[in-house]
Amino acid sequence: MANGTVALEEKSFYEESTNRWNKGILAWIFSTDHKRIGLLYLYGISAFFLVGVLAGILMRLELIAPGKDLFEPQFYNQLFTLHGVIMIFLFIIPGLPAIFGNFFLPIQIGAKDVAFPRLNLLSWWIYVVGAIMALISIVLPDGPLDTGWTFYVPYSVRSGTNISLAIMAAFVLGFSSILTGLNFITTIHRMRAPGMTWFRMPLFGWSMYATAWIQIIATPVVGITILLVVLERYFGIGIFDPTLGGDPILFQHLFWIYSHPAVYIMILPAMGVVSEIIPTFARRTIFGYKAIAMSSLAIAFVGYLVWAHHMFTTGISDTSRIIFSLLTFIVALPSGVKVFNWVATMYKGSIDPKPPFIWVMNFIFLFSIGGLTGLVLGSLATDIHVHDTYFVVAHFHYVMFGGVGTIFFAALYYWFPKMFGRMYNIKTANIAAALYFVAFNMLYFPKFIMGYMGMPRRYYDYLPEFEAMQQISTVGSWLMGITMILIFGSLIYSMKKGKKAHKNPWGGVTLEWHIESPPTLENFHEIPTVKTEPYDFSQLKEMDYESK
Amino acid sequence: MSQHDNNHEHHGIGYGGLTLVWLGLLALTSITVSIAGISLGEYTLFVAMGIACVKSILVVNYFMHIKFEEPIFKVFIGISLFTLVVIFILTYFDISFR
Repeated sequence: MANGTVALEEKSFYEESTNRWNKGILAWIFSTDHKRIGLLYLYGISAFFLVGVLAGILMRLELIAPGKDLFEPQFYNQLFTLHGVIMIFLFIIPGLPAIFGNFFLPIQIGAKDVAFPRLNLLSWWIYVVGAIMALISIVLPDGPLDTGWTFYVPYSVRSGTNISLAIMAAFVLGFSSILTGLNFITTIHRMRAPGMTWFRMPLFGWSMYATAWIQIIATPVVGITILLVVLERYFGIGIFDPTLGGDPILFQHLFWIYSHPAVYIMILPAMGVVSEIIPTFARRTIFGYKAIAMSSLAIAFVGYLVWAHHMFTTGISDTSRIIFSLLTFIVALPSGVKVFNWVATMYKGSIDPKPPFIWVMNFIFLFSIGGLTGLVLGSLATDIHVHDTYFVVAHFHYVMFGGVGTIFFAALYYWFPKMFGRMYNIKTANIAAALYFVAFNMLYFPKFIMGYMGMPRRYYDYLPEFEAMQQISTVGSWLMGITMILIFGSLIYSMKKGKKAHKNPWGGVTLEWHIESPPTLENFHEIPTVKTEPYDFSQLKEMDYESK
Repeated sequence: MSQHDNNHEHHGIGYGGLTLVWLGLLALTSITVSIAGISLGEYTLFVAMGIACVKSILVVNYFMHIKFEEPIFKVFIGISLFTLVVIFILTYFDISFR
């Protein structure tokens, strides 16, 4: 596949800087190397993720028994808002594209870097500025925002907390997302290696391409909406506030025109990672390559057309409720195409269940539950019963955390040896995957039942009949905390002390497995010429890889 | 691509043409401001949006050079506009039938 990927003893990107500082933090925070930028995102995003986890554990702790246990209701409101804002805007939206997209997209298409390396660095800096703004909004005198991560008007116009700064942080973070998307689209169009035709591109590349389009087209909508909320707060312009003649439902339209496609910014890269991991560990070319590639584009497009399913009970017209319900069911089709193709890929494959594969199995199980319960919510009649209950909370945690979060770990376990040149302890990783599965279902599955029984989301207190299930959920959150300590502890240890990894420990065939671990500054000694399909495992005969 | 080709592509219609487009934009802005004071009833929105569309077409084609670029950029803009139109239509299914 890759002629010219000569294994020379060259310095890795850790040892060679792109700027005048050879070592130290400045060599990193001003680096234009896509791999270093990917790692900068990894460190920042992981730190915020752990803060979000902590906020979640504290929320669950308050809910261990009815009535007041630890905090006042206002602090609880701020805690779940903080949890949502951090997890959505600082972890899950940038997570996979900014970390793994930056690190692996150029390598997988045979490029030395992204199309605009400086713009890439600017994206990271904008992310940092947005994150700092969000953090400042927490500590300023009026206190953290308490609206929930959706910033719904009219409350967000009237709340006395630091709304404006916090939502402007989301506005700034949006620019980071747009610039990353712009960079990836240009990179994919312009920088594919000779022979890397569109249909020879790994499916992670296809998913990043579809994601980048959503980042560019949808993100400005939420940016403008946020500006309108700020204008409404300071000048009372009357766009959203009903007392001034505005329409609060308009806010929800505009918010979800971005935020529903944003769900696909999160999940499409995850689906791309799944399409990489399954062929590698099934030793079999992907089943239905073109169908999976096209389904990414189909999800990206149809994902624009379903936003009002978040608004079925807000008073939108019956006509639009029927249309959006139908469109919501349609978006399940391309998702189904992917799942069936993944399963078909495994059929009669020579499966080697290493940790990344086990994490993907976690994903397929959890994401399928999340997806199927989405149809319950997309159906008009059942949505009336379970809207704004724990059922919704369980559904989106199964999709977001069970889907994207699980694949964040799968991707980390899959590409860790390539990124750091070291291997982690396989047994620990397997134990973590098993613990995660148990913790996850303990934490979130009771919420489906509680939601169906009528437990509203975001409530500080609850009726005694929910106590047992609330406690199961809280114990699940402790187990999840332990799992996170195990995952991050073992990976951080392995970064420093893990044994040196083989350059192709899994027997993968996409371009990143043809180069050194960790890669050199320019990835390839010579730009490769691609001659085969992306998942042609007949190449393995000629490749150097670590056998079982 | 030669330097000459580059220059040709960069300037598109030259300074004279750009000035004409600019004057056209100013004229359209004047019209927008002028008719803001006239009551056109239910046509007000359509007229304002129509003028804004013409102005956008001029800016995109000449100032942003899309008219002189490769077809792929036109496809990109076409997809974005199509998405925007679909979003407008779907939103109107709510507003118009409430």
